[in-house]
Amino acid sequence: MIRDITLGQFYPGNSWIHRLDARIKIIWTFVYIISLFLIQSFWGYIPVLVTLGLIIGVSGVPLKFILKGLKPIFLIIVFTFTVNMFMTKGTPLIEIGFLTITEEGLYNAAFMGTRLVLLIIGSSLLTLVTKPINLTDGIEKLLSPWQKLGLPAHELAMMMTIALRFIPTLLEETDKIMKAQMARGADFESGNILNRAKSLIPLLVPLFISAFRIAQDLAMAMEARCYRGGSHRTRMNGMKLKKKDGAAVILMLLYLAVVISQAQGLFGRFI
Amino acid sequence: MNNMIRIDDLVFEYKREDQLEPVHAVNHVSLEIERGSFTAIIGKNGSGKSTLAKNINALLLPSSGAVYVKGFNTADEDKLWDIRQTAGMVFQNPDNQLVSSIVEDDVAFGPENLGVEPEEIRKRVDDSLYSVNMYEERKKAPHLLSGGQKQRIAIAGVIAMHPECIILDEPTAMLDPHGRNEVMEIIHTLHREGITILLITHFMEEAAKADRVIIMDEGKVVLDGTPAEVFGHAEEIKALSLDVPFAVDLVYRLRKRGVKIPESIISTEEMVDYIVCKLK
Repeated sequence: MIRDITLGQFYPGNSWIHRLDARIKIIWTFVYIISLFLIQSFWGYIPVLVTLGLIIGVSGVPLKFILKGLKPIFLIIVFTFTVNMFMTKGTPLIEIGFLTITEEGLYNAAFMGTRLVLLIIGSSLLTLVTKPINLTDGIEKLLSPWQKLGLPAHELAMMMTIALRFIPTLLEETDKIMKAQMARGADFESGNILNRAKSLIPLLVPLFISAFRIAQDLAMAMEARCYRGGSHRTRMNGMKLKKKDGAAVILMLLYLAVVISQAQGLFGRFI
Repeated sequence: MNNMIRIDDLVFEYKREDQLEPVHAVNHVSLEIERGSFTAIIGKNGSGKSTLAKNINALLLPSSGAVYVKGFNTADEDKLWDIRQTAGMVFQNPDNQLVSSIVEDDVAFGPENLGVEPEEIRKRVDDSLYSVNMYEERKKAPHLLSGGQKQRIAIAGVIAMHPECIILDEPTAMLDPHGRNEVMEIIHTLHREGITILLITHFMEEAAKADRVIIMDEGKVVLDGTPAEVFGHAEEIKALSLDVPFAVDLVYRLRKRGVKIPESIISTEEMVDYIVCKLK
C-alpha cells in the first residue's frame, strides 16, 4: 500500500498544460498569485475565474481532485471569513450580543474568502500538473541567476530532488519500524494525546537513526559517482523553451493586462 | 602497465570511542589487480574487505602505504575524479545509492557530474540501461522496482561513467536468490566485455566463479589465488568460520573418508560432471 503513494499531488496526464516548461508554469503561478492581490472588486474575479476554468479544462484534472486540496485549509478559510465578518466596521446588519455583522463585513468576508480559495486552487494547480522532478529542475533554473549573489540554487534543488526520492523509502522504513515495535507490544493508537505522543518516541528514534544512516550511505554513493556540487555538472534533459511556452507567456501577459486594467478601473464605464 | 589497481602495504586505521588503541581495519595489505581480471574478496564482517574497497575508490585514504588506480595515487587530490571515474563503485544497499526518483535520471547522474555533453549522456544512459536489461523501466520510480532491479540500475549508473574497473561491495547481500542471479549475470557479462571486476562478497558460490579469490581476515590477506587453489585450503577457510562452496565441502569430506576425488572441483556443475564421468 505504501509503495503506491503518489509523490506530491501530481495528477498524471499529457495535456498541453502538463507539457509546458516548468519554469513557465512557476512564473505563471506567481503572476497569478500577485494578480489576486491587485483585484479590488468582485468583478475583478471574472477574468480570474475564466482563466482558471480554462486551465483546469485543458489540463483534464477533475474538479473534485482540485477541491479535495482545499480540505486541509478549510479551517483557515472559515477563520478568515469569520474574522472579516465580525471585525469590519460599517453599517450594522445583524447584532448578536456584543458581535455585530456589518454589510461591509459580509462583503469583505466573501471577498477575502474567494481570494483565499482562488489562491489555493491556483497554486495547487501548479503541483497537480507538474511532475515534482520537473518542478525542482524549474526552481533550480529560475534561481540560478541568484547564484552569483551566493544563493545555493543547485544545492537547494538537489535537496528537493533527494527529499522526493526518499519519501517512499522513509515511509517504508517507518512502516517497518512501526510493525517491529507493534510486534513487541507497542501501542500507537490508544490513550490521550500525551500518551500517543509518548508512544511515538520508540518510532521516531529508530527512524532518525535510520535516516542518518541512509544519508551517510547516499553521500558516499554520490561521492563515488563523482558528485562535486553544481559547478561542473551538465544535464541530460536541458530545459528548452518551445513554441507553446512562448504562447503561454503571451497568454500570461494578456491575463495580467486584463486584471490590471480592470483593477485600474479602465473597464469601469462598461461594467 | 598491466595492473588496474596496485595496493602497496596499505594500512587503514581509525579511532573508536571505546578503545584507546586505533583499530587497524586494513593491516599491511599489498595487492595487484590485473586489468580485465575478475577478483573476488571474501571475508567475515569486520575483516576489512569493505574498507579496502573504499580505499581503492578514494572514499577513504590510507593511513600509511599507498593505493594506485591506473597509476594514479589515490592520495593525489588532482586525480580524484579520474580515479572515481576509472574505478566505479556499487554498494550493498540498493535503496541508499539511487539519487533520483526516475530511473533514467539516476543513471544520468554520474555522466552529468563528469560534465558530459547532453546528447552523449542520453546515448550512454540508453546503452547502460540496455546492458543491464532495464531499458523498459527507464521512466519508472526506483521505489517501485525490486531489489535486484534497483541494484541493476545502480550498476547502469556506474557503467554510464565508462569505468575501466567496477568495485562491487556486497552487491547481492540484500537481494533474494532471484535478484542475486540477475545481478551476478550482469557482472559476468561486464567482465566478458573487458571491465575489471572486484567483487566483495560473502557468498562462496559467487566467489568460486571468479578468476581469483582473496580471503581476508582481521585486515590481512589470508589466502590468495585461483578458486581451485584457495578452496583447496578448505580446512583453513573453515577455521576462519567462513563457509566453503558446497562442492568444495563435499570434496573435503569425501577425501577425509579416503575417497579419491580431485581437489580442483569447486562448483556443483563440475562435481556433477565428475560423478557422471565416473559412473559411465
